[in-house]
Amino acid sequence: MSAAGVAVDVVMPQMGVSVSEGTVTRWAKQVGDQVEADETLLEISTDKVDTEVPSPASGVLTEILVEEGSTVEVGTVLARIGGGGASTATAVPAAPPAPEPEPAAVEAPEPGSAEGSQVREPHAGNGGQPPPGKSFVSPVVARIASEHGIDPAEVPGSGNGGRVTKKDILAFLESRDATAAAPPPPPPVEAPQQAPAPPPPVEAPQQAPAPPPAPGGAGETEEPVTAMRRGIAEHMRRSLDTSAHVTSAIEVDLTRLAAIRAKLKPEYEAGYGVNPTYLAFVARAAVETLRDYPYVNGELRGDKIVTRNYVNLGFAVELADGKGLIVPVLHNAETLNLLGLAKGIADIAARARAKQLKPDDVAGGTFTITNPGGYGTFHGTPVISQPQAAILGTYAIVKRPWVITDPDGADAIAIRQIMNVTLTYDHRLIDGALAGRFLRDLRERLQTWNETDY
Amino acid sequence: MTEMTYLQAISDGLREEMRHDKRVVVFGEDIGVYGGAFKVTQGFQDEFGPWRVLDMPLSETAIVGGATGAAIMGLRPVAEMQFADFISCAWDHLVTVASKQHWRAGTPVPIVIRLPSGGGFSGGPFHSQNPESSFAHIPGLKCLCPSTPEDAKGLLIAAIHDPNPVLFFEHKHLYRRIKGEVPQGRYTTPIGKARLHREGEDVTVVTWGAMVHTAAEAAQKLGDVSVEIVDLRSILPWDEQAVLASVRKTSKVLVLHEDTRTGGFGGEIAATIAEHAFEHLDAPVRRLTAPDTPVPFSPPLEHAFIPQVDDVVAAIKELVEY
Repeated sequence: MSAAGVAVDVVMPQMGVSVSEGTVTRWAKQVGDQVEADETLLEISTDKVDTEVPSPASGVLTEILVEEGSTVEVGTVLARIGGGGASTATAVPAAPPAPEPEPAAVEAPEPGSAEGSQVREPHAGNGGQPPPGKSFVSPVVARIASEHGIDPAEVPGSGNGGRVTKKDILAFLESRDATAAAPPPPPPVEAPQQAPAPPPPVEAPQQAPAPPPAPGGAGETEEPVTAMRRGIAEHMRRSLDTSAHVTSAIEVDLTRLAAIRAKLKPEYEAGYGVNPTYLAFVARAAVETLRDYPYVNGELRGDKIVTRNYVNLGFAVELADGKGLIVPVLHNAETLNLLGLAKGIADIAARARAKQLKPDDVAGGTFTITNPGGYGTFHGTPVISQPQAAILGTYAIVKRPWVITDPDGADAIAIRQIMNVTLTYDHRLIDGALAGRFLRDLRERLQTWNETDY
Repeated sequence: MTEMTYLQAISDGLREEMRHDKRVVVFGEDIGVYGGAFKVTQGFQDEFGPWRVLDMPLSETAIVGGATGAAIMGLRPVAEMQFADFISCAWDHLVTVASKQHWRAGTPVPIVIRLPSGGGFSGGPFHSQNPESSFAHIPGLKCLCPSTPEDAKGLLIAAIHDPNPVLFFEHKHLYRRIKGEVPQGRYTTPIGKARLHREGEDVTVVTWGAMVHTAAEAAQKLGDVSVEIVDLRSILPWDEQAVLASVRKTSKVLVLHEDTRTGGFGGEIAATIAEHAFEHLDAPVRRLTAPDTPVPFSPPLEHAFIPQVDDVVAAIKELVEY
């Protein structure tokens, strides 16, 4: 068989070690379409990232096995490419083609040639058959599937070669029924059959799907929870259950920094095509300050306190229209100057919104900055991104009447650009005084920024 | 209840029946004065006298032929083959006459043939066989293969009560190795009813005789796999319903026997499962048996020949992972 004739499986990719499932959000190709290797085949959503899945091979898309909107486990075959047609029969060699069976081990050992336990192996084994593979459906799975109107291909398989086992399909049924809040199906155990050789029980066709869930109340509408929303919900709850959240706030006078930024902006935009945002300044100042406060960049890990000589800086990025929040990470932010941070932040934010993040882009953060100030909010209490120890919040920059002291020591009220900055920290690891000093030093850096600082 | 070895339980059952019913007599080689090769009938001649505990010539043909005749004349003989292997000499009397007498003439033939069988101690090719499958093919016979002392006694008494020929396969490797609580007095264990040796959810092992204990050790070793062990106890008739019920529960089956593979009774069980529980199977029915050779004498070869605990563990794992 030529290489082109062998079907290639497209599987749900592993998007980070803790991700176990993903949702197919859109098929970019349809059955029958010609696809090139690395061409975008579909889009998936996991609780970490939304991303495009490139085609693993060139060929005709012969089968789509998971519909849009379905959530399946990592490793589940989503589609097949090539294999000479849409027929499942020809697409069967999903697993690597079985090697030529070895000449069967001697079925009946010659007298006197029996050697150790090798004698029994041909009798105990499965006769050298290749593993059954994903597309093989065992009798019991076929029966349960037909009784409940399930397509076995929808069921994630844990057996040899991804085969759907009886346990898999029963678990699938259970979770489906639980989701549908339907009364449990009749137990699959049949009444004991007393006749010595009874015909197989004639099952009433049970093709009707589980009844729909109870409708919402008047005026309510319902929509399914996306994988990302479920991931966020789980993570938020777990974070609050894990850390002792405390928030401290400080007011920062950014008047001086605003002036510097205004001068820098045309230079950065003309020279590098990047906007030196306030966030970039705050990030730069935060990375510098973290150097003096390793616990704030640290982690409480079991009975150990972990500190680092690097900063992987996370930024909370809102996706379009409240579709969720993602925290891409700039790795080794301590190696980046203001320009590098500005470019890095712009890059990961753009890629997050375009669903182009890679698993590594959302992993390994040690400290996070969230910037909900764009809408004018002046205070907040964000939730720590576990297992980090703290999260910095930056809020709206507001012109306020502000008491300043002139070089002669005289007080005056001036109009200044003030931003509130919060540090929400895990009080298990970070004491209030430490948080206060961190915020004080951060403020100091921002307020005394020099034109030559970068 | 009293704790007894498998051997003591057989002896106890036989003694109880002889005390209860004067028609029960025992025939065999060296069973009288010597008390039997394995001492099952030790002291019997003293208690019951030489006319009920008969030392026979070295002729299995004569023993089974004599027992058949005595049964037709109204006695309830229990004949001992010194080793099950030698029953082949008595094949004609057993298969041609005794098993068919009821069907041919309506005459009951209430004989029990005790058959010390099985290997595991370098008995070699003539003293280690498990010939139950050969006789399970003969309509009119019953073949019992108890695995515990309680069942050995109860099934032996049931066999003596049975009006037709019963072959009672006693596994020699269990004689003194396996102990258990045994009820006192007379009781019967139903012929043709399996016993759940161990309940489980993931895999069913169908077996009998000494392999029940091998399977139980394997199940113990597997820990995280929930293994159900069906001890058939009787392979003719055999408890199809118990096996099918277990298969419907677990959907994965290992048929395990110490006898050789081809034509072994495991094939019959596998075929019945395929016929009646096909739609409940989640894996092929697997057989684990001895290979198709005589039982080797050499200890390492015999060890390789008889299914061992690790072989059962591997076979169960294969099924679980299927």
